[in-house]
Amino acid sequence: MALQPYASPVEKAWYWFLRIFCALVLLFLMLPVLVIIPLSFNGGSFLTYPLDGFSLRWYQEIFDPQGPWLAALKNSLIVAPFATLLSMVLGTLAAVGLNRADFPGKGLILALLISPMVVPLVIVAVGMYFFFAQVGLLNSYSGLILAHTVLGVPFVVITVNATLQGFDFNQMRAGASLGADPLTVFFKVVLPQILPGVASGGLFAFATSFDEVVVALFIASPAERTLPIQMFSGIRENISPAIAAMASIMIALAVLLLLVMEILRRRSERLKGEAAVS
Amino acid sequence: MLKTKKTSRFNLPALAAAGTLASGLLLASTAQAFTVISFGGASGEAMQKAYYGPFQEQTEAELIPGDYNGALSRIRAMVETGNVSWDLVEVESPELVRGCFEGMFEIVDWERLGLENQLIDAAVEECGVGTFVWSTVMAYDADRLDEAPQTWADFWNVEKFPGTRGLRKGAKYTLEFALMADGVPADEVYDVLRTSAGVDRAFAKLDELKDHIQWWEAGAQPPQWLVAGDVVMSSSYNGRIAAAQEEGQNLAIAWQGSVYDLDYWAIVSGSDHVDTAYDFIRFASQAENQAVYASEIPYGPVNPDAIAELSSEQAARMPTADANLEGALAMDTAFWVDYGEELEQRFNAWASKL
Amino acid sequence: MPRVMSATATEEVTGRALKKQLRQAERLKKIKALALVLPLVIFLLLVFVQPISTMLARSVDNSELMEVMPQTAAAISDWTGEGLPSEAVMAAFAEELQTSRRGGGLGRVGRRLNYEDPGFRGLLMRTLRRLPDEPAAAWQTVLPELDPAWGETSTWQAIQRAASPTTDRYWLAAVDRERSSSGEVQPVAEEQQVYLSVFERTLVIAGSVTLLCLLLGFPLAYLLATLPTGTSNLLMIFVLLPFWTSLLVRTASWIVLLQTGGVINGGLMGLGLIDEPLQLVFNRFGVLVAMVHILLPFMILPLYSVMKGISPSYQRAAISLGCHPFAAFWKVYVPQTISGVAAGTLLVFIMALGYYITPALVGGASDQMVSYYVAYYTNTTNNWGMAAALGSLLLVVTLVLYLVYHRLVNQQQLARS
Repeated sequence: MALQPYASPVEKAWYWFLRIFCALVLLFLMLPVLVIIPLSFNGGSFLTYPLDGFSLRWYQEIFDPQGPWLAALKNSLIVAPFATLLSMVLGTLAAVGLNRADFPGKGLILALLISPMVVPLVIVAVGMYFFFAQVGLLNSYSGLILAHTVLGVPFVVITVNATLQGFDFNQMRAGASLGADPLTVFFKVVLPQILPGVASGGLFAFATSFDEVVVALFIASPAERTLPIQMFSGIRENISPAIAAMASIMIALAVLLLLVMEILRRRSERLKGEAAVS
Repeated sequence: MLKTKKTSRFNLPALAAAGTLASGLLLASTAQAFTVISFGGASGEAMQKAYYGPFQEQTEAELIPGDYNGALSRIRAMVETGNVSWDLVEVESPELVRGCFEGMFEIVDWERLGLENQLIDAAVEECGVGTFVWSTVMAYDADRLDEAPQTWADFWNVEKFPGTRGLRKGAKYTLEFALMADGVPADEVYDVLRTSAGVDRAFAKLDELKDHIQWWEAGAQPPQWLVAGDVVMSSSYNGRIAAAQEEGQNLAIAWQGSVYDLDYWAIVSGSDHVDTAYDFIRFASQAENQAVYASEIPYGPVNPDAIAELSSEQAARMPTADANLEGALAMDTAFWVDYGEELEQRFNAWASKL
Repeated sequence: MPRVMSATATEEVTGRALKKQLRQAERLKKIKALALVLPLVIFLLLVFVQPISTMLARSVDNSELMEVMPQTAAAISDWTGEGLPSEAVMAAFAEELQTSRRGGGLGRVGRRLNYEDPGFRGLLMRTLRRLPDEPAAAWQTVLPELDPAWGETSTWQAIQRAASPTTDRYWLAAVDRERSSSGEVQPVAEEQQVYLSVFERTLVIAGSVTLLCLLLGFPLAYLLATLPTGTSNLLMIFVLLPFWTSLLVRTASWIVLLQTGGVINGGLMGLGLIDEPLQLVFNRFGVLVAMVHILLPFMILPLYSVMKGISPSYQRAAISLGCHPFAAFWKVYVPQTISGVAAGTLLVFIMALGYYITPALVGGASDQMVSYYVAYYTNTTNNWGMAAALGSLLLVVTLVLYLVYHRLVNQQQLARS
């Protein structure tokens, strides 16, 4: 949406207003992140400014191979991707199904699918504990993954559902009439168009698993302690600045990952462009 | 509409690959070793150093440390399902009394433990063995106040000491402090609170200070606020204030009218490792080990002999030091177990009204 | 005319066949669609609905006394509720009190009876300690001698209330009601009334957070969706980054920013804009700021993914047909984003309803939400009946709101098509 040279003053004003407004919103989003990074180098054990000298002690604490942080990070990195993947598969299928045809009780089914977001987490935690105890899933990665899938799936359903509202299902019929099997139709026709929804739903599911402490505290044993459990540890007395160090590392990794993806995307676009020219 | 291809930086296949790779790790956990659950954090680290590590070295028993947030619900669920994976837990006193009454903890055989005359009286409970004493005290930033506040009456005196005060968001402690500020001697506080007129009196006293209170939720907040200058004085757990003093912050404690309480070891009913648990409790109650713990974090040892092994400076910071116990109030656990819900509800109703 | 069918008849037959085929195809489509939904439905029924409903059923459960003291419960249910119950009731009670200590049964009964009167747990303990194996006289005289409370009608009425298999006390308590001694529903004493205002507060906070997220998120999502992909992807990093920082970290850093000695107050005072620090946190303002920050990405991403699929040509066409650009935006573009707005507001509103760690840490004492009490009753006092009642009520309120909302959004979309 570039500014046209013939834009009226009102349009110009709107153009700049929108940009300044959005810059402020982005600043609002970034502010807490920016504020926490310097605190990770704080020499003292308080999360306050001014800093009490510069120190790497919190990073040392995190990278201590005997310490709990790396183990917790590993556990979270095992549980979250699986829970995300499961939620994405189940949630996307269900959202597609809900949009393909009208059947009675659709509203109720949708209500059922989003209900894991509504029930207070402590109740989910206790309820699942009793269930998992019966089926032997307590204190296991599998139990944690299933629980986090339940919590993550509504996000996928809601976001994919939203992107499917504008989707024309005749395309699926067109694909099938051209001889493609349903799987091919799904992957070649449907998925590319709803990918932004699937991806944001998956991202929400991942973030949920990565930030969920109540249920994890309940159904996991010390061997499966996840990153959020570690972060909330000892909060009765102290919020350790180690969480700031952990956050800074996660931020650095995320920026790196997103930048690499963006560079790869640009390169592949350029290659495509060159291929088209030649 | 087909432009959406551009957003393919969310790499689905890569995620799937990572998924398959990790699937080898999807096995249920192994057989349970002796599991000890504490509140974690700085206290958990001190326990690791003073108790877990040396105990494992000495007995060659395998010990899995873990932590939780004090929630009784998980222990109740474990006992109700007979699926007891925690063996020994650190609990606060109201939870101990509640859990003991409801059959969630094993009854301690004090003869078998053989510690009866070695610990302070408060450490001896039906279902629990005390492990340290901690205190909720009045703390202030000595740099910001010309004159040191002494009592809860001073805390309530906003003319003499202008500024915001920090108090824990909840009825527990708050009502006790209010009554002491209103002139009730420490040893009569719970007698007064057991009458409905006494509760009314406490809330009336709180009304006076309501506009000047900033409520805290996590124990980390009061020292943080004092350091940042958000409040001039606050109730606080003594351990964090001492840690701040060590880092050179000029925070001070008024011990007069502090409320102290114990954390206990309790064996979860149905544990497979009762013998090891007894060994561990015995080990963790020895004076030399308690002294190691207390020198890591300023919570008072329950074994009086441990005090002798601390430096006089360290000993003076303990809630159990004689000077600090003067005018201090022992938390009445039974009172809070019986009246807690009712008073918390009333506190919340009171707090909602502006 | 066996060989020649009339033309109309043929048409009728093929028409009927076509209709039948169509119906069949339609049914097949429905079955296929259901088959896609089914895996998730089964998964949720198994791993979520079944476990949670047994938990929520505890909100009406009153089985403690019946299970631990079955004879007492059976005997006392026939009592008229006046004077003192019969000797049979008291004898059954005394005997079962003696045996209930085993296996934590007394604890369950004590917990239940304590809800009727906060002194009940102590009363049971005191009585048990002094209880003789064989009474010297009738239990009707012995029990009141052990403790005068046993000579009072109200004590036995409390036991009678705990003797029926189900109870509505938790649900009533969740809406600040209780039953009087004569059994009528009445509001609880004024200083105990809290949950109705907590529910109202929860809805108000969640609603304000949703509105603020929409106001801040819509323009940003619009800009991101219309900028060239490279630029928007880079800016998207800013939206996604907060995701990688834990809730606890973000909450802590808002406190650092907003407290009276914090970064923002320091900055404003340094600039000379204010003389005294503003109270920005530990009140409603702080709760709103921190929650909007945490939930904003949940608004932006669904909006963005829907806006990404909207072709700009309709809007351009409208403008080229003489429509004012603002009108074109409002009448042509915005209606196409409805599904994104619906998804975003739904996500944010529902998530905001359930938050309690953030409001607990950055809010004042009058900013606590329903989940806070659910957690308090579950974790701290073990009153699962109360926790389940509050949780169920929250679930019911939310699902009703959702169904209304679903209908409204559907009508919008129908009206559009």
